[in-house]
Amino acid sequence: MAEDSTPNKETELPDVAVPNVEVPDERGKFGDYGGQFVPEALMAALDQLSEEFNKAWIDPAFREQLDDLNRNYSGRPSPLTEATRLSEHAGGARIFLKREDLNHTGSHKINNVLGQALLTQRMGKTRVIAETGAGQHGVATATAAALLGLECVVYMGKEDTERQALNVARMKLLGAEVIAVEAGSQTLKDAINEAMRDWVTNVENTHYVLGTVAGPAPFPHMVRSFHEVIGDEAREQILERTGSLPTAIAACIGGGSNAIGIFHAFRNDPVQLVGYEAGGDGIETGRHSATLTGGSPGVLHGGRSYVMQDDYGQTIPSHSISAGLDYPSVGPEHAYLLDTKRARYEAITDSEAMEAFELLSKTEGILPALESAHAIAGALKLGRELGPEATILVNLSGRGDKDVATAARWFGLPTEGGTHD
Amino acid sequence: MTKMADVFAQTKAEGRAALIGYFPAGFPTLEDSITIIRSMVENGVDIVEIGLPYSDPLMDGPVIEQAVEQALHNGINTDGVLKVVEGVAQAGAPTLVMSYWNPILKFGQQRFASALHQAGGSGVITPDLTPEEAGEWISATDENDIDRVFLVAPSSTQERLGIVSDVCSGFVYAASTMGVTGARSTVSHHAKELVERTRSHTEKPICVGLGVSTPAQAEEIATYADGVIVGSAFVKAAIEANDVTETAARVGRLAAELAQGVRA
Repeated sequence: MAEDSTPNKETELPDVAVPNVEVPDERGKFGDYGGQFVPEALMAALDQLSEEFNKAWIDPAFREQLDDLNRNYSGRPSPLTEATRLSEHAGGARIFLKREDLNHTGSHKINNVLGQALLTQRMGKTRVIAETGAGQHGVATATAAALLGLECVVYMGKEDTERQALNVARMKLLGAEVIAVEAGSQTLKDAINEAMRDWVTNVENTHYVLGTVAGPAPFPHMVRSFHEVIGDEAREQILERTGSLPTAIAACIGGGSNAIGIFHAFRNDPVQLVGYEAGGDGIETGRHSATLTGGSPGVLHGGRSYVMQDDYGQTIPSHSISAGLDYPSVGPEHAYLLDTKRARYEAITDSEAMEAFELLSKTEGILPALESAHAIAGALKLGRELGPEATILVNLSGRGDKDVATAARWFGLPTEGGTHD
Repeated sequence: MTKMADVFAQTKAEGRAALIGYFPAGFPTLEDSITIIRSMVENGVDIVEIGLPYSDPLMDGPVIEQAVEQALHNGINTDGVLKVVEGVAQAGAPTLVMSYWNPILKFGQQRFASALHQAGGSGVITPDLTPEEAGEWISATDENDIDRVFLVAPSSTQERLGIVSDVCSGFVYAASTMGVTGARSTVSHHAKELVERTRSHTEKPICVGLGVSTPAQAEEIATYADGVIVGSAFVKAAIEANDVTETAARVGRLAAELAQGVRA
């Protein structure tokens, strides 16, 4: 990459391998990843869900209903904003932001939730449950439940209820019950365990609205499908604005739903796909959530993917300043994209993410979610690497209002409760 | 190694169900768990199910979750679990390991089956492994003479009951209810139905677990199933005790009461 003699973005696109295989296969496998590793008690529900989703996805009436909600409730299509002042800090590369932060409820999560809430109704179920880390998926689920008149229970690690107190209040105001999970590390993975326990007990009337492209099949494929709208819109928008495809796409990776959502439309294009995981205090410290960078293949929460685990297969607790990326596994399609080299993955530390958070706020007037700040930090690096001829499309997956208290503490600003640690 | 088939042949001859008792390895410590489980066997447990503690036990309720969390905190790992198996198998009851899938996957499927056989273990129960994902596991267990037990649930379709019971060896584990482990005041009517539905697919023994805690429940289940599986009740008795002697006594007493239940 260092010897960049005569860059020409039209003809000398970066060398990317484009596998000619569509995943998943009919068993929900992305190569060796994915599948269903669940209690037998859930198999009937997963079969029902697969069947209902497959039928709905090709049913024009369902798609029309979903499109209508996306347009008139969420506010889609989300805009594409060129970040010209930020570009100056990224080696002059052009940076475009896909503004998922402007969706109703403040992140990309609503795309998936509206789809699954409609499916819940089609299956004749009356209750939804969800896990949440940063609270964005919980808020989105509570919102969709309110809209469609479904009972809603959200499981959230106790530690996360404390660092994302604003979102807990939002969920309650929307009529959801929020259960603080005190087991294990008290974060997202424990919230998922608890949601699974609820689901296996109440599966007859309850749908589990899983919030990312992980878990047992059909979730990784289904959740991706509901988020494909991000990439479909962005591809059209950037072609219209620049006349060509971007050089690279940058997205943050926790479970990986916003990244898959924007990657998918470009999977057969000569475009670099780069995912940025949460490096926490740094990979070398062991306190991070960079599963693809620092983990190994294993099974967690119903699917095979990369997992942060010790030599005996016990999950290692993850760490990130961003609750939404604080998860010790990742969607199976990302494991597949890593192994096939179609995408690459890098870690961004807490400090790099916070620097990018500040920079985007001060150069573009946009407070990003801490999760999305990882993608911004990645784009800054990518820009310096690719040079001024490059165009980088960033998925700005969420807005930072929920993170104001955390950011104020980080930068030592006075907050209402004082500047405690 | 005592074969499970021999135990079921004997309990059948005696006209009763087998009593299967679960306890997690390493709770509260490796040594103590051997003492406690041996006390279960001495007091009438026919088949032992040793839990392999896992960080994310999503099929378990709060009692077992609390115990395995403590066991992990006290340093148990897969090598330690195999030591517990070795220490318990000598007591003369067939000894199974119940494990979530990832620890076995990480240890190596062949390596685990072989090490378990070496330790005197008889079989493995895998609550989050479905037959569809079990290709390599089936050959690994066959090659090492290890029984493999999968679960059926009240929600299982007729087709799935056939698929699951076909790949089971030793016995078929019928989950009495939709839910996680832990005592319930009554055994759901689903249990009997499920056993009857499963019988139409297999002649293998069918044992009922999840939520069973009292001698009366054991007696009721024994009228239609080949085995009664009790877990959380033993763990609860252990949590309430102050030291290993008291724990072994309490757990032994419960085993003796349940053993009467399956003989009533």
